[in-house]
Amino acid sequence: MAAQPLLSVRNLRTVFGTMQGDVTAVDDVSFDVVPGEVLGIVGESGSGKSVTALSIMGLLPQPPGRVAGGEILFEGRDLLKLPKSEMRRMRGSAIGMIFQEPMTSLNPVFTIGDQITETIRVHERIGAAAARVRGIEMLEKVGIPSPQRRIDDFPHQLSGGMRQRVMIAMALSCSPKLLLADEPTTALDVTIQAQILDLLRDLQREMGMAIVIITHNMGVIAEFADRVAVMYAGRIAEEGPVGRIFDAPTHPYTAGLLSSTPDLIGEVPRLRTIPGTLPSLYELPPGCRFAPRCGRRVEACEAGRPATQEIAPGHFAACIRAREGASA
Amino acid sequence: MIGLVMFSFVVALAVFAWWIAPNDPNRTAIRMRFRPPQLDRVLLLGTDNLGRNMLSRIVHGAQLSLLIGLGVVLLNSVFGVLLGAVAGYFRKLDGPMMRLADALMAFPSILLAIGIAAALGPSAWTAVIALSVVYIPRTARIVRASVLVVREMEFVQAARASGAGHWRIISRHIMPNCMAPLIVQLSFIFAYAVLSEAVLSFLGLGAPPSIPSWGTMISEGRTYIREASWLTIVPGCAIALTVLGLNLMGDGLRDVLDPRLKIEQG
Repeated sequence: MAAQPLLSVRNLRTVFGTMQGDVTAVDDVSFDVVPGEVLGIVGESGSGKSVTALSIMGLLPQPPGRVAGGEILFEGRDLLKLPKSEMRRMRGSAIGMIFQEPMTSLNPVFTIGDQITETIRVHERIGAAAARVRGIEMLEKVGIPSPQRRIDDFPHQLSGGMRQRVMIAMALSCSPKLLLADEPTTALDVTIQAQILDLLRDLQREMGMAIVIITHNMGVIAEFADRVAVMYAGRIAEEGPVGRIFDAPTHPYTAGLLSSTPDLIGEVPRLRTIPGTLPSLYELPPGCRFAPRCGRRVEACEAGRPATQEIAPGHFAACIRAREGASA
Repeated sequence: MIGLVMFSFVVALAVFAWWIAPNDPNRTAIRMRFRPPQLDRVLLLGTDNLGRNMLSRIVHGAQLSLLIGLGVVLLNSVFGVLLGAVAGYFRKLDGPMMRLADALMAFPSILLAIGIAAALGPSAWTAVIALSVVYIPRTARIVRASVLVVREMEFVQAARASGAGHWRIISRHIMPNCMAPLIVQLSFIFAYAVLSEAVLSFLGLGAPPSIPSWGTMISEGRTYIREASWLTIVPGCAIALTVLGLNLMGDGLRDVLDPRLKIEQG
């Protein structure tokens, strides 16, 4: 990591206040994103990946959610300490975000043109006509045919894939340096998924922005990300370059995830599953949170939280047996 | 549809009151007292105890009823919407505001209106204010309920993610998606306001006697209900026609605007 990180999340802890007391959804998570890099965050439902993204955006539903500790440094400034109005200016202009559900992420009562130009005009002092021209350019950029006509369409006139393209156009209309993509392809058809990922890849190269993509799909990570962070029960289990993580996972959870994903090369054996389920955040195991489901568990695993160790340059794992190499 | 026709008829009466009315609604003609309704351009609805022309009084009364109803609806659509949107959007204000609304709604509505009207002194404006105070909590409730639903939708989150401020999110992203139940509610409030205005006037707390009002007409005609029943029946029918028309129109609007009901019907 020679380059100065664009985004640096340090010891982030996000909790939700509930009737049964505080629940820590994200517990001591740290990672860096350098400019122009794609970081994938992968994990099961409830592992804290979306909460991490919302914490970065400052969009946690408050209450019950709140960031209880840590820093989120964006270009060296701690987003958690920014005044609200300044944080609002960052959203949409410096940091963009796209969401999972393209069907409901657009306001049904306005045309897509209204919504794209709205984002532009919130952040830049330009006239309606100039914003409209920019809107048409953006629609063209995201591959919407005949954007001059389409800009006056209402969301219900577009298909899911088209709407996700519009969402991307909105998120990128002010050329953010960082794009947070929270499961951008989960709700789409498989063929459309590939198109959207290709589009994001092209735009990322063209505009030179960094992307944090959140998904539970290992395939999306393999195709799209440069580096990947695997989250489990609110913590990062393993983090490293995509090639290394896929070829030589050291954390048993990563290995388990990979062996439960079908491989296109060679005979397809019966897919393995990871026994058990994600622990309840109310009753977390005392030591390694994966220990109760882990096939390589030893007594020391339950003693305390396993320290994160650097296995190779840029490759970290939070497992006391990581150096032995994980064969799942 | 029928509701719309009935309501439009009353609106037409009010708008064209000066053309329809055979003469000044307040002109008395003692020699013409107690003429029953008959097939005649002037005496269609008869005359009252002072010989005033009932048709003139009814159409001018329609003006007052509709203006008061409209005033209440306007005040509701400004303050009810504002308070409801604030309560639904800023969750910390929700509790106190809704408890206050509960307190206002716990009073029997007509009693509250009478109290306010009595405190402010009888006039058409008083009636508008009193009835607005009574109905604004109801409107605010409806608006708050829809805001609570819409604020959780993803496009609101998306708007927030693109840097929109609270005011912009409320006015552009939330409120336009809350209009359907609001419009239906306002049409019912219009009906209640017309009815309640008649009650206030009946009790002498509405418009002064110089302005013809359906409620006042019933109140004055009550004394002669055995001898000249049309003095109460005619304005009573006018109130019933207006309120029924508005209610039917509200039901119709609900059917059109609420997609869930449409699915149930087939």
